[in-house]
Amino acid sequence: MCLGVPMKIIEVNRELGMAKAEISGFIQNIRIDLLDEVSAGDYVIVHAGFAIQKLNEKDALETLKLIEEIFFDDEVSG
Amino acid sequence: MKYLDEFRDSERVKRLLKIINSIKLPERVRIMEVCGTHTMSIRRFGIHRLVEDRVELISGPGCPVCVTTVDYIDRAVMLSELDDVIITTFGDLVKVPGTRGSLSTSGGDVRVVYSPIESLKIAMDNQDRNVVFLAVGFETTVPGIALTVKEAMQQGVKNFYILEGNKIMPPPIRALLDDPEMEIDAFLLPGHVCTVSGYLQYEFIVREYGKVAVVSGFEPVDILLAILEILKMVRDGKRGIINMYPRAVKPHGNRKAMDLVYEIFQRADDTWRGLGLIPLSGLKLRNRSFSAEERFELPKMDSKEHPLCLCGEILKGKARPDQCRLFGTACTPDHPIGPCMVSSEGTCAAYYKFQEYLR
Repeated sequence: MCLGVPMKIIEVNRELGMAKAEISGFIQNIRIDLLDEVSAGDYVIVHAGFAIQKLNEKDALETLKLIEEIFFDDEVSG
Repeated sequence: MKYLDEFRDSERVKRLLKIINSIKLPERVRIMEVCGTHTMSIRRFGIHRLVEDRVELISGPGCPVCVTTVDYIDRAVMLSELDDVIITTFGDLVKVPGTRGSLSTSGGDVRVVYSPIESLKIAMDNQDRNVVFLAVGFETTVPGIALTVKEAMQQGVKNFYILEGNKIMPPPIRALLDDPEMEIDAFLLPGHVCTVSGYLQYEFIVREYGKVAVVSGFEPVDILLAILEILKMVRDGKRGIINMYPRAVKPHGNRKAMDLVYEIFQRADDTWRGLGLIPLSGLKLRNRSFSAEERFELPKMDSKEHPLCLCGEILKGKARPDQCRLFGTACTPDHPIGPCMVSSEGTCAAYYKFQEYLR
């Protein structure tokens, strides 16, 4: 029951606080009232039918860059 | 899928493993994970085996169904036996055995919902009956339940209640750190709990207990990266809290969600299976008119756990599932005796599913 799943927002209905979200071809109606701003194309973490946070692309790329730096340091020192 | 594939990439996994396994440490580092999804991910990808020369991964009280007391289950079963009550619940709770049986054997009207909000529609469609949602779960689940209660208030729904059982994560971590028998070097902080609540409230792990804490996501690359950061800090004698899941976790979390939680709930003492009473670790409704406890005046339960079930010790990381006499014989996912075997995030279920017992 505690599973959070990343999903892609396909369509937003602000009045109802709802959106259609997709993962691996599976589309589901979710609530987006817990987030301030959500647009089609955003990735969110969905938990029990509620989007609980938007995934931040910049931070995702930062983490991947950090991993590359760790690999680089390892090669230099190793 | 974006944000998923990059963190499952086998090449990155291999290189991280190579680096982790080349770190020089005087002894194995004991890391506790306190999130059921971490437990599942670690067992599913076999991460605990891949790092076992450097790390002992211990599962803590991270599965919400598992930490729910048998007393709570007994009260839920008793409510389900009332003719005018419909129980709505997350699926995991249905098969958890109480003292006299589970929700699946009570004969009551028990309906599994994916989201708590579905309970409101059921309440409106059944105005002559009372709908009780079994409110269990940590910070990830509570905002949705808070929103459901708020909508019930706004829409004037009079036949909807919740059986309060929601809990928050920092107090049990403190309770484990206060236990002199627990030897934990570091915590893998629960990524999605922190998504909602932020991670600043875990600074006590570092400041008061001198341990290491790293916020981690759930893909293999995320978990290995978090383990690597922990090992580096331990090796260098550093103490700190690091967020390795910044794409989802902000220092203060989701403020809108947390504000809603504390608009509807307030903190109260609560009992955890295995850990006992922990001060201010639970959430109770401010508006008591939505509390099933108040509405139905339940009698005091004489609740008993199965005498041989080790779930409580397993939740504290003091026992492993294969040390339980019931594990894999009397207690299996098809015939669970304790909650750690019922929930898919339970430590026993994860051990069983990924065949740890065959090793």
